[in-house]
Amino acid sequence: MNDTSTKSPMVNISVEMRAKIGSVLDHYGILILIAIMMLALHILQPDVFFTWRNLTNVFKQTAWQATLALGMFIVIVTAGIDLSVGSILMLSLMALAITSKAGFPWIVVMVVPIIVGVICGYLNGVGITKLRMPHPFIMTLGTLYLFRGVGNLVSGGVPISGFAEEVNFLGTGRIKLDWLLGEGAREYIPVSLIFVIFLYLVVWFYLEHTQHGRWIFGIGGNPNAARAVGINVDNMLILVYTICGGLAGVAALILAGRTNSGYPNAGLQSELDAIAAVIIGGASFFGGRGTVIGVFSGVFLMGLLRNGLNLMDVSVFWQQIMIGAIIIIAVYVDVLRREISTRR
Amino acid sequence: MTTPILQVKGICKYFGAITALENVDLQVSAGEVLGVIGDNGAGKSTLMKTISGLNPASKGEIMFQGKPVKFNTPRDARDLGIEMVYQDLALAGNLPIAQNIYLGREPTKRFGLINRIDHKRCLEMSQEHLDNLKIHVKSAKQKVEELSGGQRQAVAIARATAFDANLVIMDEPTAALAVKEVSKVLDLIKRLKSLNVAVIIISHRMDDIFAVCDRVMALFHGRNFAEDSIKETSHDELIGWIMGTTQNKNGISQ
Ligand SMILES: Nc1ncnc2c1ncn2[C@@H]1O[C@H](COP(=O)(O)OP(=O)(O)OP(=O)(O)O)[C@@H](O)[C@H]1O
Ligand SMILES: [Mg+2]
Repeated sequence: MNDTSTKSPMVNISVEMRAKIGSVLDHYGILILIAIMMLALHILQPDVFFTWRNLTNVFKQTAWQATLALGMFIVIVTAGIDLSVGSILMLSLMALAITSKAGFPWIVVMVVPIIVGVICGYLNGVGITKLRMPHPFIMTLGTLYLFRGVGNLVSGGVPISGFAEEVNFLGTGRIKLDWLLGEGAREYIPVSLIFVIFLYLVVWFYLEHTQHGRWIFGIGGNPNAARAVGINVDNMLILVYTICGGLAGVAALILAGRTNSGYPNAGLQSELDAIAAVIIGGASFFGGRGTVIGVFSGVFLMGLLRNGLNLMDVSVFWQQIMIGAIIIIAVYVDVLRREISTRR
Repeated sequence: MTTPILQVKGICKYFGAITALENVDLQVSAGEVLGVIGDNGAGKSTLMKTISGLNPASKGEIMFQGKPVKFNTPRDARDLGIEMVYQDLALAGNLPIAQNIYLGREPTKRFGLINRIDHKRCLEMSQEHLDNLKIHVKSAKQKVEELSGGQRQAVAIARATAFDANLVIMDEPTAALAVKEVSKVLDLIKRLKSLNVAVIIISHRMDDIFAVCDRVMALFHGRNFAEDSIKETSHDELIGWIMGTTQNKNGISQ
């Protein structure tokens, strides 16, 4: 590593200092990025940006993407990829819309997308392991087309709108704050925010504090090590893709609430957003590395960026350019971080 | 001699058209150290992987304490106390030392309806075990990818001995080590022997073989070539076995 560090601009910094900077960036890098961004947006849009209404809007808009990214994160930890999450979301959403239209009780309507998501994820997992696909990319590329095709087929490719209030609760529900802020206060907390935080906490616990979680990280670090200690790697991978699919189903439920409709374009390219959020959040594309809080930050950062650019009336084209740049910058910061904290 | 703790008979292993092992026999008793030697590609690692369950044999039988068993995964073998240090170590670099040692067998405690990992105990037990083995690392929290080759080797050995093993298989455990570390590993093998644990060691270093083994067997082109008590053999004879030139005086080879 000596030759890379001599090239790096950080060469004059002492070893301890490097370790310190490395560890700060490691833990708070993305949070610093978010803070800078919020400050910049506040300066640029002083009246609008830092309002309760605007910030809760960001959360409401990104809740379903945060759920999608969470599943993608678990998959990426195993050094895998799931390109089909956007299509699973769409198929789940259509299944929800169809059951709703058919007049099933709301509880059924809410459970159906999750079941569909779980089944799709399970199929991905079985395909990757039992059909011995050379890479998850290939299996999920196939199902990216397959699931969306099925979604269009069963729904006729047209939007289906109008769901029960209970179904929409997760996506649009509000927890009023007048008990806290006084009578007539208009501030509220979106139910979707609370729900997403809950999901993230559950997954954090699962990954950090259960055997499965450690095995998932172990598989990402070295699948042969996992196999050698007797972990059933295939079964764990099937489980991971099933969880990812299930979370895409949950994302469909949240999105259904927000839009009050199932539409054929739902989730188009959202797999790429999910991957971007995970990578911006500091997870390694090669598996075994990353944190739940990082993923949440990654989603929030992309949401903030889109929100800020919208507020400033920047065109969608520029948004694409900015997001692309952020991905590259975030990963470059990560590369620098590794270089700084490496002492060898 | 008592009944061997492990006895394998007629093991064959095919990789597609390649025959890696042909009719191989092996046995080892509790408290015995068996050395396995042979040229590169002779099939030593492949044979051990059939015993550890990582790469089950195509044919042949395995008897554990006199009873026939089937090892389809490393879990089956580990459940009977058969542990292995792999040639490539098989460690997860992204995980701390402690989590590598207990990977797959994390100590847990009840937390409501679920079992959560007892990270504190995992760390304490690892630290204690490492101290026991006289392995020095900064902390058991260190990630394995930050360790030197020798330290990694030590962690792999620590993992194989963290549970009360009946048989420990070591595939070239000294290949990456400096002199001082080699003698630590050899001391550990003697200690395992004194605890009545069976040990199989693969090594290309004749010094290691003569230092710890009770018996030595050679594979040649995937077959049993020769075998003898270490007292009855010599450095030069073993070299001959590895080259496939000196026939065994007991005439075991085909
Ligand atoms: N997974 C595999 N697929 C195909 N062939 C294999 C596989 N594993 C081992 N072999 C072949 O089996 C033979 C024995 O290999 P093995 O690794 O057991 O040798 P070894 O005696 O351990 O050698 P070394 O001293 O170099 O470690 C070799 O010819 C090797 O190419
Ligand atoms: Mg070998």
